[in-house]
Amino acid sequence: MLYDLNLEITYDYASPANSGRHALRLLPATLPGEQRLVSGNIRLTPGPSERRDRNDFFGNAVTDVVFRKSHSELCFKLKARVDRITTPDEFDISPPLHALPRELANIQALHPDEPVHFLAPSPRLPLAPAFAVYAEEHVDAGMSVVSAVEAIGKALHKDMAFDVDATTVDTPALEAFERRHGVCQDFSHIMIACLRSIGIPAGYVSGFLRTIPPKGQPRLEGADAMHAWVRAWCGIEIGWIEYDPTNALRVGQDHIVVARGRDYGDAAPVKGVLRTAGSQTTDHKVDVIPR
Amino acid sequence: MTLEETASDKGYGLLKSYRPYPGVSDELLDAVGQVRSVWRPFLDHLSALTTEEISDRFARGNQYLNDAGVYFRQYGQDGAHEREWPLSHIPVIISEDDWQVIADGLVQRAELLEHVVADLYGQNHLVSEGYLPASLIARSPEWQRPLVGISPKSGHFLHFLSFEIGRGPDGTWWVLSDRAQAPSGAGFALENRVATGRVFNEFFAKANVHRLAGFFRAFRDHLVDLRDETDSRVSILTPGPLNDTYFEHAYIARYLGFMLLEGEDLTVKNGQLMVRTVSGLQPVSVLWRRLDTAWVDPVELNETSHIGTPGLVQAVRQGSVSMVNALGTGILETRALLAFLPRISERLLGEHLKLPNVATWWCGEDSTRAYVKEHAESMMFSPALSTALPFTSAQTDFIGRDFEKFHKGILETWIDSKSHNLVAQEAVTLSTTPAYDNGLLVPRPMSLRVFLARTSSGWEVMSGGFARIGRTEDASAIAMQAGGSAADVWIVGGKKPKKETLLHQAESPFFKTQSGALPSRAADNLFWLGRYIERAEGAVRLLRAYHARLLETADPDAPFVAQIAEYLEEIGVAPDSPVPESLCMMLQSAVISASKVRDRFSVDGWLALNDLAQTANGARRALRVDADVPRAMGLLLRKITGFSGLVHENMYRFTGWRFLSIGRALERAHRMADLLSVFTAPDAPEGSLELLLEVGDSAMSMSRRYAVSLSQGTVLDLLAMDPKNPRSVMYQLTDMKEHVGILPDADENGYLSDLARSLLQAHTNLAIATPETLTPEALADLRDRISFLSVELTDAYIR
Repeated sequence: MLYDLNLEITYDYASPANSGRHALRLLPATLPGEQRLVSGNIRLTPGPSERRDRNDFFGNAVTDVVFRKSHSELCFKLKARVDRITTPDEFDISPPLHALPRELANIQALHPDEPVHFLAPSPRLPLAPAFAVYAEEHVDAGMSVVSAVEAIGKALHKDMAFDVDATTVDTPALEAFERRHGVCQDFSHIMIACLRSIGIPAGYVSGFLRTIPPKGQPRLEGADAMHAWVRAWCGIEIGWIEYDPTNALRVGQDHIVVARGRDYGDAAPVKGVLRTAGSQTTDHKVDVIPR
Repeated sequence: MTLEETASDKGYGLLKSYRPYPGVSDELLDAVGQVRSVWRPFLDHLSALTTEEISDRFARGNQYLNDAGVYFRQYGQDGAHEREWPLSHIPVIISEDDWQVIADGLVQRAELLEHVVADLYGQNHLVSEGYLPASLIARSPEWQRPLVGISPKSGHFLHFLSFEIGRGPDGTWWVLSDRAQAPSGAGFALENRVATGRVFNEFFAKANVHRLAGFFRAFRDHLVDLRDETDSRVSILTPGPLNDTYFEHAYIARYLGFMLLEGEDLTVKNGQLMVRTVSGLQPVSVLWRRLDTAWVDPVELNETSHIGTPGLVQAVRQGSVSMVNALGTGILETRALLAFLPRISERLLGEHLKLPNVATWWCGEDSTRAYVKEHAESMMFSPALSTALPFTSAQTDFIGRDFEKFHKGILETWIDSKSHNLVAQEAVTLSTTPAYDNGLLVPRPMSLRVFLARTSSGWEVMSGGFARIGRTEDASAIAMQAGGSAADVWIVGGKKPKKETLLHQAESPFFKTQSGALPSRAADNLFWLGRYIERAEGAVRLLRAYHARLLETADPDAPFVAQIAEYLEEIGVAPDSPVPESLCMMLQSAVISASKVRDRFSVDGWLALNDLAQTANGARRALRVDADVPRAMGLLLRKITGFSGLVHENMYRFTGWRFLSIGRALERAHRMADLLSVFTAPDAPEGSLELLLEVGDSAMSMSRRYAVSLSQGTVLDLLAMDPKNPRSVMYQLTDMKEHVGILPDADENGYLSDLARSLLQAHTNLAIATPETLTPEALADLRDRISFLSVELTDAYIR
């Protein structure tokens, strides 16, 4: 499936920023067998004083930009064409939950894709007993890992309310969980914490989602937003699967991957430090149009 | 022979009740209770002193530490306090032969750690070949993923290490902990040495104690050699004055002549690390960081850090800066690593560890866990990923049998539940060493911190170190936070050591301390220090004048008295109490500004400033309204001028001194212009001219210069325009002009900087004025021009 993608993020600063350094993870990834970036570029207004591309530890494409001139508005524009190929596996050949620790113990490598990176608490995701208690209510040791992942994802979808006003980007996952409210970032963080607390390696994916329009109605332009979901490691045979707890479904052709990491901090679309005294407001616009 | 006999035989009354604990080795006494030969000369010396002499000498050591401003920041329930440095005056004495064993073992260990960290951020053979568990490394927050794959610019990850070691019951030394992130304590070791050397001055001069300065010199030369170009700088990165070892950072920076920087002093431009100075951005190519990796760069590492430098990791990635030690080396402090290092040593070096580390078991592996459970009662448990020193946290570290006491029967279940996050260690017994307690020596547990530095000829071991001494016989009370103390370590040999200081000998090349450019933040703090002190002085002079008149009239509503009160209120120093709170705040602000530039300040200056602030606080608490306030103000005034004198007489004429002086001149000129504009107004009450002369400290000059009686014209002449009166506006503007003219970029291609131009304008306006044209309005305009100079200075040099 081919998509044309447009993203625009605008920041307005109450008082001008003297300088700033940002790391952008906006460009869709090329993932062999899953998706291919046909073309893509990021445009910045004002033009940055420095710009440099690199890949981070997890293999995500990062654009580092530095602004040295005073500016009171900042705009990132992404234009990309992506070919999305992946479909979820139909057969569940994952081991039972109780057999997962043994498979993990045999891993002797630290490559970015190894599940060992995704078990421990990560900077934005300290573990808390509440996650383990919740997760254990929905699984048993004999269950296959894939069905455990799906069971927890479905349960969260049922128990949590999607609410764009309930949380901010810095709300801790536990707080969102206790209030059973949040957006895709909270859903994903909570699911990751639940999976890790029962020994399933789990990570964070940021990307885009095509909003499927209801039949007979025009597609809502600009209504889409940057999205996030979860990846979970289901044993050596299957490896990683991806699950979207906000929509309670296995990730397929409707999702476009941008960046992967342990939590939001590793995959955040825009990360940075500003020298400014005042507050800021942000505006996001996203179009994901199938061709 | 019993211990008592030994002691009395030699006449060591001090050892009357010295009894080492059973099953514990002792530094002073050997296995049969004989005083070790290396200790005898010292003990002979000590025994020849009376109790009074000993306490006098100890007091001398404490006085030194106090005068040198050595403090230690202690964290308690009610926040952090600076407390006196807890020196245990009796040194730990170790023979050269014993020391050589330690030194050989630690040099081997340093080599090993370099290999391990290079592998962890490089090829990962240790993990792929099964020498280290992948899940242990991946779990550690100290294994910093953004640094994976980056080779250090200098070719080495490690340049400065310390090791915590202890002596076991069988007399052999054990490594308790590796310090590789940003090891602290070397500066304190130096201060302990100076203090202890003063306590035992005659003895120390004759004893063959190895000296420390050579170690620091070799390391300084190594860092200087790491620079790309001779004009780039070696700097020390500190978390700032709130850190518990900030004193040491400032001390080492001063001692070695390096620049002391905080994260906000630095910026990264096109991948090059730069320091913001008053001469613009200057490259930094060697950074000795005393800041943990996670905090150095909020863009790529801990994003909540406010003490870092955005882009620093990128600068490292592009190879523009040598980090000492490399970022990410904190992983080596992980306690669980001790379990694997003995095997790794054989794999990487083909050698056994010469100095064993504490036997350690990581509970993340099934077979190991089974063994640990069998021996759990006598083992010490702690978090696997902990990087804390041993014996620092009773909350997290404990012995198995203590756990059983409180949670009967569940120790094994608990071990299973913690698995990956737990290490078990052999419960270590530390050796004891003498401490002085109430006229006698008593045995106290101790561990040693030993420092290693990379030099041009390989790893060098500091011949001495830093001993942590327990408060009681309990080894877990050894941490200074828990009331333990610190002692000097003497390595004693047969030969007299070479006399060494940090100054280069004649045969070595001349080395000039890098004076270099002044970091903008330091300039800012010095400028404000100058302003706050002068502002306080001005306030004290006015308050004294006010209270003197109040005493005379005994009527706060008398028009003239009321007008001075009103003026004081306008400038924020309402005389509602003898020492207004705002005056104490000014002095406190001066202390804060000075605390941020401790490395540029003499110890005397620092002590004088603190004394001044404390005197003001004390007077505020003690003085009642009816007290002799003018006298108290006189005392404060003398302390202020004492401090100013110390600073201006003794500070080297670097750029920093210029900013301090500009701050003082600007504040003084501003205050005088403002005073003149108010108290020469046509409606100013009777007595205003006398007040101006008094506050301007110019009554004597007045009578000497002018035979005529006091008039508005003569006062204006003397206090505004007289170029020879140091209290006049003109004098201060001339002073500022001189300083500004020497600052970087004061004159660009023949054009004056904005600051220099504004200053010249104010100066010229005043120079061509006459007493008649200096109306209150003209004076107010002058005041505003002076005030604006502060903004222009900040724009040009600070931002």
